[in-house]
Amino acid sequence: MKLKSLVGTAIFLAMPFSAAFAGDAVLNSGDTAWMIVSTALVMMMTPAGLALFYGGMSRYKNLLNTFAMTFVAYCLSSVIWMMWGYSLSFGTDIGGLIGGLGNVFMMGIEVNSLSGTIPTYVFALFQMTFACITVALVLGSIVDRMKFSSWIVFTVLWVTFVYCPIAHWVWGGGWMATMGALDFAGGTVVHINAGVGGMVLSLILGKRIGYGKEPMFPSSITLTALGAALLWFGWFGFNAGSQLAADGIAGSAFLVTNTSASIAGLSWMSAEWIHNKRPTVLGLASGIVAGLVAITPAAGFVNLPASLVIGLVAGLLGFFCVAVVKQKIGYDDSLDAFGVHGMCGTWGALATGIFANPAVNAGKAGLLYGNPNQLWIQIISIVATAGFTAVGTVIVVYVTKMLTKGLRVEKDDEIQGLDSSIHGERAFEIE
Amino acid sequence: MKKIEAIIKPFKLDDVKEALNEIGIQGMTISEVKGYGRQKGHKEIYRGAEYVVDFIPKVKIEVVVPAEMANQVVEKIRQAANTGKLGDGKIFVFSVEEAVRVRTGEKGKDAI
Repeated sequence: MKLKSLVGTAIFLAMPFSAAFAGDAVLNSGDTAWMIVSTALVMMMTPAGLALFYGGMSRYKNLLNTFAMTFVAYCLSSVIWMMWGYSLSFGTDIGGLIGGLGNVFMMGIEVNSLSGTIPTYVFALFQMTFACITVALVLGSIVDRMKFSSWIVFTVLWVTFVYCPIAHWVWGGGWMATMGALDFAGGTVVHINAGVGGMVLSLILGKRIGYGKEPMFPSSITLTALGAALLWFGWFGFNAGSQLAADGIAGSAFLVTNTSASIAGLSWMSAEWIHNKRPTVLGLASGIVAGLVAITPAAGFVNLPASLVIGLVAGLLGFFCVAVVKQKIGYDDSLDAFGVHGMCGTWGALATGIFANPAVNAGKAGLLYGNPNQLWIQIISIVATAGFTAVGTVIVVYVTKMLTKGLRVEKDDEIQGLDSSIHGERAFEIE
Repeated sequence: MKKIEAIIKPFKLDDVKEALNEIGIQGMTISEVKGYGRQKGHKEIYRGAEYVVDFIPKVKIEVVVPAEMANQVVEKIRQAANTGKLGDGKIFVFSVEEAVRVRTGEKGKDAI
């Protein structure tokens, strides 16, 4: 009792002060500490989580190449982001379409600059990890067959001309933000963007030699499962970190992220168990990632029951897309970047418009809370993102093709495996 | 001399080795092989992509014995490797013309 009233008094006393400071940006050390940790968590998702997740699914002869492409995507995007990416995404808005070049090479940003309650450097780094993982996700559609030089050029162009504009529209004060589109941690910016980009790139590249005729076994489901676990761990920084503060909404985002991932793992596994008579580890790992993808745009807006529905549907939808639709249509999205990230990201963006709950995040209401217009806004943001990404990626791919004289490795090299033909290394020496 | 080649389930290797040691067989050569017979292969499904795995891992044992021991050795292997299920394997018997011990140059039965 006594303690309670003491706390009450303290809050009451503190109120006028916080009100007085509300106008000026003040660094909050709790927020800053959490955001530094979140940034490190999201960083891990690319060279550890995604590299293992994808590497384990690629064939044994291309395992290292998958790692190399993931690592190089992270390194390149990190550098591009600091040189011009951050400025294009978060610089002074130009017509709602793109950021200005005022902050290239982090110009005008100092140690004491703040974004909200955290240092701008931390904010820029946090956002950088998102750019890195988005382009690395595209890989999932095209492993086993792309030239390394083409991948490098593609990464530079794609981050600059496809990722940065969309990040600006949604998070940098662009037109989608003005329109009121809700994307908490990157359903459109990251997942739909990467899924559609991957699909376009894989269609232009063509199928792998022997696709659909010869078996293409994953090199190691063990590595994939470990990668999924690291992605899951890092995703807490991705989603709960996207609140940009250590507060109740961050906690709520953490809760729904974990729940959605868990139930999606179970639903994918169950669908597979019923459909194919076996609950596979790859299915469980894929379901977890599908659930994480779907909750991403919704994380800071929805409550626990909504996260159960979002995850449940994501697991079933992901399974349906990769195990049924893909087999029927016959495109070669090698590791299902489109099936998992594109489709479940779309579901998540729609679900945000349905389940956004003003009791979680004040003023953000979806269809079920009396704001059907939100769903319409979400649909516009999905279509605009997918359309822009598709067109932008086609242009980027053809420019890349011109610059690197083709996109695909030689036939012999593809059959021999890219680890040996490109890198001159082997992933394992097993005797 | 006879050479006996037995293709068996890998986990039965130790049983077979012990059974042959009991009747005085001093050495053998084994290799890991793959194949299929009536057991056939199995199916693996990765995210809906179905692959049939035709060849199942087996162990091949090769042992050369004096002709008069051949029947006994075959029977010992058969008993030790038997599980009663499909895929227990096969045993083949060949005639051997000559055997030479590399170290000493001994020939025939002395060499095995």
